[in-house]
Amino acid sequence: MHPFTYTRVSDTREALAAGRRGGRYIAGGTTLVDLMRETVERPEALVDISGLPLGEITVTERGGLRIGALVTMSEAAAHRKVRTLFPVVSEALELSASAQLRNMATIGGNIMQRTRCTYFRDVTADCNKREPGSGCAALHGVNRTHAILGTSDACVATHPSDAAVAFAALEAQVRLLGPDGERQVPFADFLLRPGSTPDREQALRKGELITAVEVPALPRPLKSGYLKVRDRQSYEFALTSAAVALHVRGGVIREARVAAGGVGTVPWKLPAVERHLVGERPSDSLWTAAAAKAAEGARPLQHNRFKVELLERTVARQLRIVGGTK
Amino acid sequence: MSTELPESAVPPPTGAGESSPAPTRRTFIATSTAVGGAVVAGGAIGGSFLAAPEEVAAAEAPPSSPVSLTVNGSRRTVTVDNRTSLLDLLREHLDLTGSKKGCNAGACGACTVLVDGRRVNSCLTLAVRLEGAEVTTIEGLADGDQLHPLQQAFIDEDAFQCGYCTPGQIVSGVGCIQEGHTGSPEEIREWMSGNICRCGCYVKIVRAVEQTAGRK
Repeated sequence: MHPFTYTRVSDTREALAAGRRGGRYIAGGTTLVDLMRETVERPEALVDISGLPLGEITVTERGGLRIGALVTMSEAAAHRKVRTLFPVVSEALELSASAQLRNMATIGGNIMQRTRCTYFRDVTADCNKREPGSGCAALHGVNRTHAILGTSDACVATHPSDAAVAFAALEAQVRLLGPDGERQVPFADFLLRPGSTPDREQALRKGELITAVEVPALPRPLKSGYLKVRDRQSYEFALTSAAVALHVRGGVIREARVAAGGVGTVPWKLPAVERHLVGERPSDSLWTAAAAKAAEGARPLQHNRFKVELLERTVARQLRIVGGTK
Repeated sequence: MSTELPESAVPPPTGAGESSPAPTRRTFIATSTAVGGAVVAGGAIGGSFLAAPEEVAAAEAPPSSPVSLTVNGSRRTVTVDNRTSLLDLLREHLDLTGSKKGCNAGACGACTVLVDGRRVNSCLTLAVRLEGAEVTTIEGLADGDQLHPLQQAFIDEDAFQCGYCTPGQIVSGVGCIQEGHTGSPEEIREWMSGNICRCGCYVKIVRAVEQTAGRK
């Protein structure tokens, strides 16, 4: 680990000033400290933001949720309002990492976490995300766990977060605070596809601070849930996953929110699946037909071709779990 | 296993009450390693065999910070290299070697301790961030000679073989019980999944946690 200076800040003004000077924010630290030890990350100055007042969960006026950036994953997952209003969020959180890591990691840090691509984590390997221009060892390497959607010739790494898949499905907003004040960015625009600049992962300006993730209200009743498929039953990243939320009234699906994880370079929203569902009546054949659109545009690699069918089956199964059958 | 021993501005505590008259297994190994290391260094050209130039430069003045925390009920004030993990603080500076370094990457749970009552991976916790925190390690669970009920249950159930993961398993189990995630063996397995046991003692570990939770 490279040496770094350490500063603890107690208000956002102080944090932003330190951030503007190039300081790196640290909250839970579960990703950052790990990557610093591997020398993948080499910040010269750490700014500890854990003392900032960003640890609240509030229900917004119309029945959405605002989750403060410093709420831990375990706090968010256990929160009564999160569990009742958006089970897809609490389930995604509880299926992530381990109890220990969830006690440390925060919501803001969770969506900022970096890929688990082994070549990214290995400083001796070529990786355009870590070392722009060096190449991508995963493209023709051991790429079984890599992405099939949103890839480029420069990078095929998946985004590892489960919660981010739920947030993408629900069309959450990321609230940011910077030197020029507050702004919010739709989740779909916050995490960036690699393109030719895989080292640029978020639509963050220098020194900007995530203050909260805001899940918008959806019509009720709403059923939602998260399914994660992986190589072992627990404490493992997703091979595929599906976040589903459905609003059914009068026997007809009126609203559908669907996204997939483990398959995209960013959490992968599935608008074609959503469109196929809206206006239809729940049925097994509907779930299968809708899920058949989940892998549209997929570009499988040598070792992850299996993800195409696994994704379709994961989405179909989760639609059935959330939407039931006649 | 990687070792990472950033230099501390303070030497490990050497209170009279803490030093033992005879060499222990641990001090014997440490001394032998140091001697072995000296031999290797002596054989290297220019003495630069062990450290890359940037590491030498970094070692000259690594940024360090004071931190005051409570460990197993004792107030400790130390100055640490900012890079020091809580695990290394415990093991290398406070001589609390119960918490184990398995992966040093948050993947195995052998280093699990309680910070302010919550179980965390001490390998991923920077010590410098723990100002005012209360840390409980495996050494802090027993009440004098009276083992914590979960420690006793691990013995009663024979819930370990090599024992390396056991301190982490027990501290994590204490956290799991406090959190109330012990409703069924399946629930215990899920909520204890952050602790890997290469000997495969999971059935008995789950039983020990289940029985201790049931007694509460």
